[in-house]
Amino acid sequence: MIRFQGVTKLYPNSARPALEDASVEIEKGEFVFLVGQSGSGKSTFLRLVLKEEKPTKGQIWVAGKELSRLSHWKIPALRRQIGTVFQDFRLLPNKTVHENVAFALEVIGKPRHTIAKVVPEVLDLVGLAGKEDRMPDELSGGEQQRVAIARAFVNRPMILIADEPTGNLDPSTSVGIMRLLDRINRTGTTVVMATHDSHIVDSMRRRVIELEHGHVTRDQSRGVYGYAR
Amino acid sequence: MRVRFVLSEMSIGLRRNLSMVLAVVLTAAISLSLLAAALVLSKQIQTMKDYWFDRIQVSVFLTKAVTDPERNAIRDELIQLPQVEHVYYESQSQAFARFKEQFKDVPSLVKNTPETALPESYRVKLKDPKKYEIVASAVQHMPGVDQVQGKSKPLEQFFRFLGYGQKIALAVALVALAAAVLLIFNTVRLAAFSRRRETGIMRLVGASDLYIQAPFILEGALAGFLGSLLAVGGLVLTKAFIIDRGIHGMFGNVVNYVSWGAVASIIPIILLTGVLLASITSAVTLQRYLRV
Repeated sequence: MIRFQGVTKLYPNSARPALEDASVEIEKGEFVFLVGQSGSGKSTFLRLVLKEEKPTKGQIWVAGKELSRLSHWKIPALRRQIGTVFQDFRLLPNKTVHENVAFALEVIGKPRHTIAKVVPEVLDLVGLAGKEDRMPDELSGGEQQRVAIARAFVNRPMILIADEPTGNLDPSTSVGIMRLLDRINRTGTTVVMATHDSHIVDSMRRRVIELEHGHVTRDQSRGVYGYAR
Repeated sequence: MRVRFVLSEMSIGLRRNLSMVLAVVLTAAISLSLLAAALVLSKQIQTMKDYWFDRIQVSVFLTKAVTDPERNAIRDELIQLPQVEHVYYESQSQAFARFKEQFKDVPSLVKNTPETALPESYRVKLKDPKKYEIVASAVQHMPGVDQVQGKSKPLEQFFRFLGYGQKIALAVALVALAAAVLLIFNTVRLAAFSRRRETGIMRLVGASDLYIQAPFILEGALAGFLGSLLAVGGLVLTKAFIIDRGIHGMFGNVVNYVSWGAVASIIPIILLTGVLLASITSAVTLQRYLRV
């Protein structure tokens, strides 16, 4: 589903590559934690998957496509197969919960009757049934992140990318979010989650890829956050 | 493409940016009005100059009773003069056809003029326009010549004066259009910045460039269109009140005034310039500030 082969990313004006000679293969339906300190290359990894950045060297395949051969106008089609969730939720403050999720479908031209059908379904899935008409600032952090996950998942992407989705949440709320991501993973969606949270990684016992200064230093199935903890 | 969605995004943008959009509309209106003024002046000059004005320097009108040998003698005399570059012959029917064309907007004048009222003539192009006197004196007293006419000095000066007016209007129009372009550039940049949250999400969920950019481009195009509508309104009012009632009312039919047909031909130019200028500027701005 995602394959990195000898990928190096050097940002301009930067002495050290953000990612160096990284080779990783993630199968369809896997749940993968991407761990490592700030600046270890986790975000660069995720941005490369979305083709928000181009690798300096190496090749990347996402959903069967080699990204460097993907022309500019096909990038939207790629991103429709990838749902994305961030630490800071990125909801539109002037739209209701329902409108926020519907927005993701409207802007890719989905017909109105489809939107009216699938948005309530996905809100039900993330546990927000009955809160469709709330504004984001009326919700707790955990609920806001559920809206963001609903928006990322409403188009049933093959891949869900989550960049520190629990970074702004307290531990008990984080557990709820993790359960939700786990449930999404069980529908067959590949989940790649970058995180700092050792408790979550240790408790989930899923594949762990550790990055350090841009190098893949560990790739372990059923791993924990770190040996030294 | 969900038209309703794009339109609602556009109207949100317009409301958020109302003062800037108004500034764009007004600047576009002013610059396009000046452009319209320049075009009207050039049409006016065209209307007033007859067919021969820019082509020849001397007209030799023949009498009604001119005979064939006389006509040939005059032509031969003109052709052999070293100052002459070319001699055109205009028959009565050709003269009448050009007269009808020039005054097609004043049908009463055409109706009351018989074809025979217009003399046949030789129209002479000189190598050096200043040598008019030599040519005139050579043929002036030949039999069959009614009248020799050089270019009218006051008329020439008047046209030059109008020409300057036209050039100045065009120059100011270009400067004002440049101001409008810069203003549109800034407005669209501001609009893109104030909606970066939305466009960021749109990019992320895989909206196409067209979907992301269409509301901004439409916003610019609408502002340009409103500006050009104002300019067209000004143009129509100018024709109806200043030209037809004001100048025409004061001076009467001394010259031929720019017609409604000519004014109508300017309108699409103004509308198209306004809309295209605004949408192209918006699109170029977005290429720089809204990369996918």
